[in-house]
Amino acid sequence: MSGLLAFDDVWVEYGEKIVLEKVSLTVTEGAFVSIVGPSGAGKSTFLRLALGQERPTRGAIRLDGRDLEPQPGRDRGVVFQRYSVFPHLNAIDNVLFGLDCEGSRVTGRLWGKARRTARERAEAMLVQVGLGAALEVYPAQLSGGMQQRLAIAQALIMRPRILLLDEPFGALDPGVRLDMHGLITGLWREHQLTILMVTHDIKEAFKLGTRVLAFDKRRHDAQAPNRYGSVVVYDFPLDHKTPAEIPLSLGPHHP
Amino acid sequence: MRRLLNIRPSPGARLLLGALPLVALILVYVAASAASHAQNPSEKILPTLSAMADQMRIMAFQVDPQTGAIPLWQDTAASLRRLGLGLSIATGATLILGLVIGVLPLARAGIGPLISAIAVIPPIAVLPILFITFGLGETAKIVLIVVGVTPFMIRDLASHVGAIPEEQIVKAQTLGASTWQVALRVALPQALPRLVESLRLSLGPAWVFLISAEAIASDVGLGYRIFLVRRYLAMDIILPYVAWTALLAVAFDLILFTLSRRTWPWAYPARAR
Repeated sequence: MSGLLAFDDVWVEYGEKIVLEKVSLTVTEGAFVSIVGPSGAGKSTFLRLALGQERPTRGAIRLDGRDLEPQPGRDRGVVFQRYSVFPHLNAIDNVLFGLDCEGSRVTGRLWGKARRTARERAEAMLVQVGLGAALEVYPAQLSGGMQQRLAIAQALIMRPRILLLDEPFGALDPGVRLDMHGLITGLWREHQLTILMVTHDIKEAFKLGTRVLAFDKRRHDAQAPNRYGSVVVYDFPLDHKTPAEIPLSLGPHHP
Repeated sequence: MRRLLNIRPSPGARLLLGALPLVALILVYVAASAASHAQNPSEKILPTLSAMADQMRIMAFQVDPQTGAIPLWQDTAASLRRLGLGLSIATGATLILGLVIGVLPLARAGIGPLISAIAVIPPIAVLPILFITFGLGETAKIVLIVVGVTPFMIRDLASHVGAIPEEQIVKAQTLGASTWQVALRVALPQALPRLVESLRLSLGPAWVFLISAEAIASDVGLGYRIFLVRRYLAMDIILPYVAWTALLAVAFDLILFTLSRRTWPWAYPARAR
């Protein structure tokens, strides 16, 4: 396994306020990295760095050995807690979106035979995430869990090098969340994904991850609370876990 | 005892409740008209319904020998043409500028303040400028409608597009979308229903600007006719003309309302009554 995403002495500062300091770590290909930490500890900043939504004040981020482009791109897929799907497209068109953009620079839409082929792929993807019966349904009519399934399918069909999940199951009911754990583990194994997941739920982090990063401030200065940024205070490699070892049936998995 | 605020009318009752004040208003008018005509049969301020019907029969079905046209239809066609052209230009300009400002931070910084500055100018105040620049013909009237409604529509659409969740824009980029593709496939479809809503809201002001321009300098049009016959206190023409104008406005509103809901059902999630 090689280093896929590398952070080299990365700092993020907003003026006086230091958010992250000297973050150096390497994410290996095929890893499922969970990121935990209290609110305001820079978890989301870390994810936004990986996404390219934000650029580091100092340091370098490399994906596949190349400097990361400081804007979102095709090599990194993402699922947010909310608003991850397009409300004006039905399920199948949401999944087709990436293929559409790839297929035509000008109209952003595939036509004819190419569209039929792409549609078959998108359908297969939706069936895989358990949305085979909701192809023509608009997101507003889908439940929260189904919307997240759709968002995952939409990201995966583009085969990103790394999948970024920003509290993807945070807004879901406990039962649905369990289903989603089973789903994401299965997809991770099947598609040999590399996943970076931010979560509030420590149990979830350890259950799903092959590695858990905990962000927090190492020092607090009451006179200057912004003086010290967050660092990776714990880095647990859960080496005993290989993809094959994580049981697929982590919960009742029904579509 | 159910609280007043929890009593909701059924669809039938709602229709009845809506019609009631309208019918009452007409009845009050008829009574007042009859009373004033009992005192003075040649009274002109409150014409009877039959007098209005007689006048409208002339206006709507008889060719005016001077112009060779039927006045009501000639006026309606002229006004609707101005209104249609003005609103089409306004809508087109709004779609392009609203999208560009909404999607591109650079454009927002560059032309946003200009649009805001233009929006605070009272359009009627620039009417003399338009008459001087474009003459008294059709152009000035159409430009007045455009100048009057476009800045508001652009600002409305740009803020709506700008309020599309950042997550969607980022997601589109991770799916490989370019700036153009984000504008075309993410921003444009979500802007269209709002554009129609904003057009509906602009219909009222557009009519105001149209009637004003027609009243000041025109030789045909609904506003022209109303202000022309005012000289003869011809309330029996003015009132039906105003009612006709209102009817047209309601019809357009209804058409846009229905069209938008049919075309973009996703933009109108089912609401609890």
